[in-house]
Amino acid sequence: MSASVTNASETPVFYEVDEHPHPEGHSTALGFWVYLMSDCLIFAVLFATFGVLGGNYAAGPGPRDLFDLPLVALNTSMLLFSSITYGFAMLAMDRDRKAQTQLWLIITGLFGLAFLSIELYEFHHMIEIGATPQRSAFLSAFFTLVGTHGLHVTFGIIWLVTLMVQVQRRGLIAANKRRLMCLSMFWHFLDVVWIGVFTFVYLMGMLR
Amino acid sequence: MSSHDTTAHGHHDDHGAAHGSLGGYLIGFGLSVVLTAIPFWLVMTDTLGDATLTAIAIMALAAVQIVVHMIYFLHMNFRSEGGWNMMAMVFTLILVVITLAGSLWVMYHLNANMMPGAHDMRQML
Repeated sequence: MSASVTNASETPVFYEVDEHPHPEGHSTALGFWVYLMSDCLIFAVLFATFGVLGGNYAAGPGPRDLFDLPLVALNTSMLLFSSITYGFAMLAMDRDRKAQTQLWLIITGLFGLAFLSIELYEFHHMIEIGATPQRSAFLSAFFTLVGTHGLHVTFGIIWLVTLMVQVQRRGLIAANKRRLMCLSMFWHFLDVVWIGVFTFVYLMGMLR
Repeated sequence: MSSHDTTAHGHHDDHGAAHGSLGGYLIGFGLSVVLTAIPFWLVMTDTLGDATLTAIAIMALAAVQIVVHMIYFLHMNFRSEGGWNMMAMVFTLILVVITLAGSLWVMYHLNANMMPGAHDMRQML
């Protein structure tokens, strides 16, 4: 692995002349983390936009007219439940229990679907009463921020179903474990973003 | 970590994707439930009676909950990936703070100065 260059008077200096072994996937976790951080910046920009425009109602409806906090609390609990059930799926995966992993993944997906359904119901209700993204800068910023998060959850669910098919066909092989680990980071990250959404958009909105 | 495929992870002993334990997930979940319930309760019942005070309280609780999620669900620590995970996150956080604080600060002053009546318009001509 290493070659040494020795001078008579100096202590030996070691240089690594051979490349490290790079087993497949050994840097996936770090690479995926860097992706998540870049996603975090997208959300930071959307949060900043909402922070700047969130008070511009254009004489239209404001947060107090539109938001239903019990519904948001229910939505939040759905996402939180899906986070812990995904954690259980990872624990089952660590013990190489395929059926148990799949079961927890299904439950996670159902909680994710429940979250999406409640969010779409909320959006539908708002658009029905005229609070569309075109109505005011506040609503444009709201739909962009919350919609982007919802879109992430949608793709997360598609990814989850894809991985369940993979696990069913190939089993809990190293590649599938790596993929499940990436989705786990993605899923928990979305829950972290949601903490920001329900705090800054919904709760702070009711305080305005 | 015992069930990790050694061929896939090679020389990494301190691999970043420690999956935690049942206890860790349950503690994280319990803390999250409490840290979510308190801000909703504060806003829905208006217990503190002051909007600014409530806003500060719920922001502080959100910050704590984000840290809880990072530790118990995302398994962040200073050792994962030889510290590069943490490095990337610290860098991102700096950018996030600059983006958020900068936007809000600049746009607040812009709004305040552009309001008609805030200044005597004749002095500005």
